[in-house]
Amino acid sequence: MAEDRADRPPRTPADDEAFKRELVQLIPHLRAFARTLAGEPAGADDLAQDAMMKAWDARASFQMGTNMKAWTFMILRNQFYSEKRRSWRQTQLDQEAAERTLVAVDDPEAPVALDELRLSLAQLPAEQREALILVGAGGFAYEEAAEICGCAVGTVKSRVSRARKALHVILDDGSYERDGGAAGDAMRSILADAERLSTVR
Amino acid sequence: MIEQRPTEERRRASAALDEARLRQQAIGVRLRQMFDEVVSEPVPDEFLEILRRADKTSAEKG
Repeated sequence: MAEDRADRPPRTPADDEAFKRELVQLIPHLRAFARTLAGEPAGADDLAQDAMMKAWDARASFQMGTNMKAWTFMILRNQFYSEKRRSWRQTQLDQEAAERTLVAVDDPEAPVALDELRLSLAQLPAEQREALILVGAGGFAYEEAAEICGCAVGTVKSRVSRARKALHVILDDGSYERDGGAAGDAMRSILADAERLSTVR
Repeated sequence: MIEQRPTEERRRASAALDEARLRQQAIGVRLRQMFDEVVSEPVPDEFLEILRRADKTSAEKG
């Protein structure tokens, strides 16, 4: 039966074409997810390209009609963590990376609130950050996010909820603060912006 | 139906709850905005180029 790996159902060029079309449409989303995981844009694009190619190579194992976005996000995430495991000692470095980002993102041109949100996100534990991104920005249901992260739905829910609370606290008391900049400004600016955006819709 | 007679305390608690909800919503909007910003960036040609090359290779393999 399925024990022979070579014994796959024959793929037609039309299958590949359909797969490719869908994959191309997902590239912008893969780039965005990679950016939130990897931080800096160049490394993120490398990650997104690797994930795209892994998905292409594995296209025979993908069942058309199922959720390709979740499938490719899972590939990208696995890719990210396997690379990270190879080169870094894992958990300790999240904090260091966050601190590095604090310095690296110090761009006077960057819009304040968005910048502070990025810095605050960087301070969350990786598993909380990714859960919040997937559900809060990527548009995934809790069930899909659980599949992507390889954990229980309840775990995703609690990670998202903890991430939201932590983010709120960080933004509110200005733990991201640098150079003695005014704390609380980020939250105020985020609120003002959200109001503007929600009226524009 | 239970008659809800909001006491001052309850009113204050619910105002605080509204405030917290509003803030969470605001963070949510920002989060999506941050993500969508990258989504709406034009895809670098490199991506399509790599995929085109891979597609060609697999087509040649048959």
